[in-house]
Amino acid sequence: MPKLKLGLYWAAACGGCEIALVELREKILDLDAAAEILFWPVALDYKYHDVEQMPDRHLDVCLFNGAIRNSENEHIAHLLRQKSKVLVAFGSCAHTGGIPGLANLYSRAAIFERAYLTPPALDNADHLLPQTTYRLAEGDVTIPQLYNTVKTLAQIEDVDYFVPGCPPQPPQIWNVIEAILGGSLPAKGSVVGANDKTVCDECQHARQEKRIKKFYRPHQIIPDSAACLFDQGILCAGPATRGGCGALCPKVDMPCRGCYGAPAHVADQGAALLSAAASVADASTEDEAARIIGEIVDPVGTFYRFGLPASLLHRAKT
Amino acid sequence: MENGFEPRIVGFLCNWCTYTAADTAGVNRMKMPPNVDVIRVMCSGRIDPEFVLKAFALGADGVIVSGCHPPGDCHYSNGNFKTFRRMPLLEMLLAQYGIEKARFHWGWISGAEAPKWTQLVHDFTEQVRALGPLAWQRELASKED
Repeated sequence: MPKLKLGLYWAAACGGCEIALVELREKILDLDAAAEILFWPVALDYKYHDVEQMPDRHLDVCLFNGAIRNSENEHIAHLLRQKSKVLVAFGSCAHTGGIPGLANLYSRAAIFERAYLTPPALDNADHLLPQTTYRLAEGDVTIPQLYNTVKTLAQIEDVDYFVPGCPPQPPQIWNVIEAILGGSLPAKGSVVGANDKTVCDECQHARQEKRIKKFYRPHQIIPDSAACLFDQGILCAGPATRGGCGALCPKVDMPCRGCYGAPAHVADQGAALLSAAASVADASTEDEAARIIGEIVDPVGTFYRFGLPASLLHRAKT
Repeated sequence: MENGFEPRIVGFLCNWCTYTAADTAGVNRMKMPPNVDVIRVMCSGRIDPEFVLKAFALGADGVIVSGCHPPGDCHYSNGNFKTFRRMPLLEMLLAQYGIEKARFHWGWISGAEAPKWTQLVHDFTEQVRALGPLAWQRELASKED
């Protein structure tokens, strides 16, 4: 049997998805036995030029991690779509925008100002901002254009499958690889390597009826390890997040942060979490509700931590 | 642009109170601007915040959520409690998205308060008209690159 031709790419992301692949540990040898890796910039010395030389649909599968945040990300996404039979949005950033997607609360101008003009430790007397081209005696040098809006892979290209997670959990990655090798992938457009039900479904903490008098951020409370974190007033994204991770964060008394995205049949993860959080505020008057709810800090950052670009509104009007 | 701009407003009204008020206003031929598209739901507690976000995403310039007066008017005893817990948080969320506070109204109008409904439709329509179009998709497109 010919080896599976595999490509891997890293766009706007932290690199954790690459680490998650290495976390396959000894199974990475099985992967190597079954697949030939033709493109993996972070680990192997292939250039964009090598991909451009490939015939169309040469790669059997491309695992693409990272959001689309600049012109290079977008260019390579289009190129890899052209060269791949199956394009997989791998990890939260490619799937729903991920942490880089929170940049959609700001404009590019505001981000540049914060990064290059106003930091107290920066001396930029000439108020220089990054330019996409710079003229040298030897010729023009260029860097990619940073986009004003961060996008998911599916917002710019046709995606076959989605593997959620920040990062996707290694046993789930292996399940997906086995499905690919065995030719048992579900219908196009499916989320694979995860469950349909929520994180709560696989969480071991005991749930009671929720009546929250005060919401806490994780650093403000030492939780009871046996009881549901949400019941204790810690905003946990479990009720609005797709399971499949094994409830890793709640297992160590940290609330779910929502990285696996919305469960099946939920269009907007943040709205679902907002609804869940607000409904359990134990308030029987409007004033009391406003007080309890008003203590929630940064609703967008909390409810859409990994998915602002995939939300119904995509970004803030700035 | 402002010339001839007619705001498109989506109103999510509970069946038992505000929808009844709106119905009464209609039956009694009370005059009000035709800018509010009413969506009847069984209870204001049924209004998922997602509905409001979707309305804005699909082109609404303003959104109204209205149900039965708390504490006692709710047909289902405490559905409106869910509303007054969710809507302040939704307001905070919309503010972070940069959607002006004046584009979203939530409150209570009983079945007997038809004049209050027509007044709200008048005032809210003018308030949104003054802000101009929200045009979310155009807004997104203008921030594309």
